[in-house]
Amino acid sequence: MNLRRDVFQAIADPTRRAILILVATQAMTAGAIAANFDTARPTVSKHLQILTECELLTQQQSGREIYYHINGRKMKEVADFIEPFRQMWDDRFNKLETIMKQYKTK
Amino acid sequence: MERKTRIHAEDGKQEIIITREFDLPVDLLFRAYIEPEIVEQWMGTKVHQLENRPQGAYRFVTTDPKGNEHPFCGVIHEFVTDEKITRTFEMEGTPFPVQLEYLQFEAVTTETSRLVMQVVYKSVAVRDQILQLPFAQGINWAHNRLEEIVNKLK
Repeated sequence: MNLRRDVFQAIADPTRRAILILVATQAMTAGAIAANFDTARPTVSKHLQILTECELLTQQQSGREIYYHINGRKMKEVADFIEPFRQMWDDRFNKLETIMKQYKTK
Repeated sequence: MERKTRIHAEDGKQEIIITREFDLPVDLLFRAYIEPEIVEQWMGTKVHQLENRPQGAYRFVTTDPKGNEHPFCGVIHEFVTDEKITRTFEMEGTPFPVQLEYLQFEAVTTETSRLVMQVVYKSVAVRDQILQLPFAQGINWAHNRLEEIVNKLK
């Protein structure tokens, strides 16, 4: 298994994004997170493992339970890094699409 | 219908991949890249030169809100209608090294298409610097325009 995970790949997955949004509101155990998804428990565990490897989530032992916390610093780092660049291209491409649709109707 | 632009920038790699699906037939998407008057509209640049052929040159000039001109240019290496454009890209008057761009156009259905743009940089450090450029150097007026448009939609 590839342990060196890519953070952008991690947030590209819709289930993992959903997990991040969920955990952002409060720290949760793997079981509590899994209860929110129809996917099998091992699949959710796999997602949690990937998010932890990328440091988007951190684990904290509390008694016998392990709680997952969101790593705000890392999340911000990722968002700030790529988002303006993505927005720039998104804007250009939205325009391209709007302009070319006019040609389509002609 | 919302079609989002995705950027794939893998850690430690000196390339990025920009992917976007369009609600347009592939021939219209391709046209947006080869007709100067159309390029000018969506890129927000002046097209000084655009030779759509192998070894053809292009040169575009963007003007920022302060009136400063930012010319960029390059040479087209591969040109296959409705399929691909391979070209170099250089920001004139900046220390940034030349980059290589592979643009791949493909039909998804008869009415929709996809563009995959692979950009190769001289190094990982250069790539990371350029990714932060729209933010760091305030040349993100395109971004600001997007916000204006989006706000009007609301």
